[in-house]
Amino acid sequence: MDNKKSTIEDPFKEKRESCGYHEMDDQNDPVTMILGHKDVRKAAHNWKTFQSGAEPGRIVVPSEVEIRDLRQIPFEVDPPEHTNYRDLVEPWFKRPLEEEYQLKLKNIINEVLTDALEKGSVELIHDFSLVLQSRALTVLLNSEYSEAERWISWGTHVFRSEDDPLDNSKANVLADYLDEKVEEAKKNPTEDFFSVLLNSEVNGKKLSDDEVKGVMMLTFAGGRDTVINAVTNSIAYFADHPESIEFLRKQPEHMNTAIEELVRYFSPLTHMGRVVTEDTSVCEHAIKNDSRISMCWASANRDEKVFDKPNEVVLDRKMNPHVAFGFGTHNCLGATHARAILRILLELIVEKVDSMEILDSKENIEDWGGIERKVGYNKINVKFNAL
Amino acid sequence: MAQITFVTKNKEEKVLEGTSGSLMKLATQNGVKGIEGECGGVCSCATCHVHVPEEHQAKTGEASEIENDLLELSDNVQDNSRLCCQLQITEDLDGLVVHVAN
Repeated sequence: MDNKKSTIEDPFKEKRESCGYHEMDDQNDPVTMILGHKDVRKAAHNWKTFQSGAEPGRIVVPSEVEIRDLRQIPFEVDPPEHTNYRDLVEPWFKRPLEEEYQLKLKNIINEVLTDALEKGSVELIHDFSLVLQSRALTVLLNSEYSEAERWISWGTHVFRSEDDPLDNSKANVLADYLDEKVEEAKKNPTEDFFSVLLNSEVNGKKLSDDEVKGVMMLTFAGGRDTVINAVTNSIAYFADHPESIEFLRKQPEHMNTAIEELVRYFSPLTHMGRVVTEDTSVCEHAIKNDSRISMCWASANRDEKVFDKPNEVVLDRKMNPHVAFGFGTHNCLGATHARAILRILLELIVEKVDSMEILDSKENIEDWGGIERKVGYNKINVKFNAL
Repeated sequence: MAQITFVTKNKEEKVLEGTSGSLMKLATQNGVKGIEGECGGVCSCATCHVHVPEEHQAKTGEASEIENDLLELSDNVQDNSRLCCQLQITEDLDGLVVHVAN
């Protein structure tokens, strides 16, 4: 395995192979992380035993129970209610398949990339990925382009401040914003997602304000760090691997497998929790009712029982049963949007970029009960050379 | 050239012709309802799930272990389930009928 700046190691290997799980504490509400690919998919599939509809914020790790009461929808709802919500929002989140939507995304990404090429070097997290993510979100929400400026001003973490998961000042920024936008949409309905949701019905009943805010909060929170990490890590990877740019330039037919492979390798969301509804066991390890487990997507995606050369980026990997967008009932609602962003970004890099160089970087290292995982960067300066 | 018939959940029949690529691509390019192919055919998403009637199973052959492991955890799985991203169009598939599972 090469050891470059863009390398993302698999810190879970030893635990995954020895026992298949890892226990960590989180604000006195411990979590048993499930590490193997098969066990992760089985747990995600079993929504009865491993529920999402617990106390709002509890299935997230670190837990958000202390910083919010609002239920994220459909994320924190179990079937059968989940199905109604999901069916309602699904068509909206499939719009990235439309040509017009993709054209808008292309203009946004092209502007950010062209800007970087003109400047020569940029700090990716704040001046590239956050900007790209926020502007792209205006397309997903069908809101005014100018809204992006406000989201950019929030910084990279909407909920979590960097050091303290219990600091709710950031959470309030988003909650206050959602209150404001819901009132605004009631007074002056537009074609944006707020207005569309306010006019939507589930089971013949209009969505309540809290339900609308619950969907919006999920959309804002779920697609922020994840997209920023995916975009940043992609550029870091191509900076370290100019031969990969060349490969996709010569053989663009591998674009789809390349995107899926990068998403597998990066696993921008390390894991997601569930609350256990009955005494059960995972890998012959007893799990008590009302405790928490998590499905570690990042670990499952490096499981050597499933993936050949799991720690290598194989851009033309044909079989790639990764779980980077989760699995089963609650798989990522924003995956279509995220895939569209990555495809357009890669196509534009292939078209316009000769090479890139990582000048300096500060890695974003998570700590999960003593296992440290690099998920991306807090800061990374990259030099862009135009083709 | 192979003629392939997709029968959707609401019993609509779509008869399509293809020469190469996967059945999933053929279906998504022609808007077959219930076939989404979100992952583009790498066996990650299971959104291209079909049932193959017994009389056609000789044409489609057996699923791989990776495909079967994914199918096992999919909605509406049956013994004759396949992910149609794993079925490559060749002349041998001419006349194939598949039923969309979701």
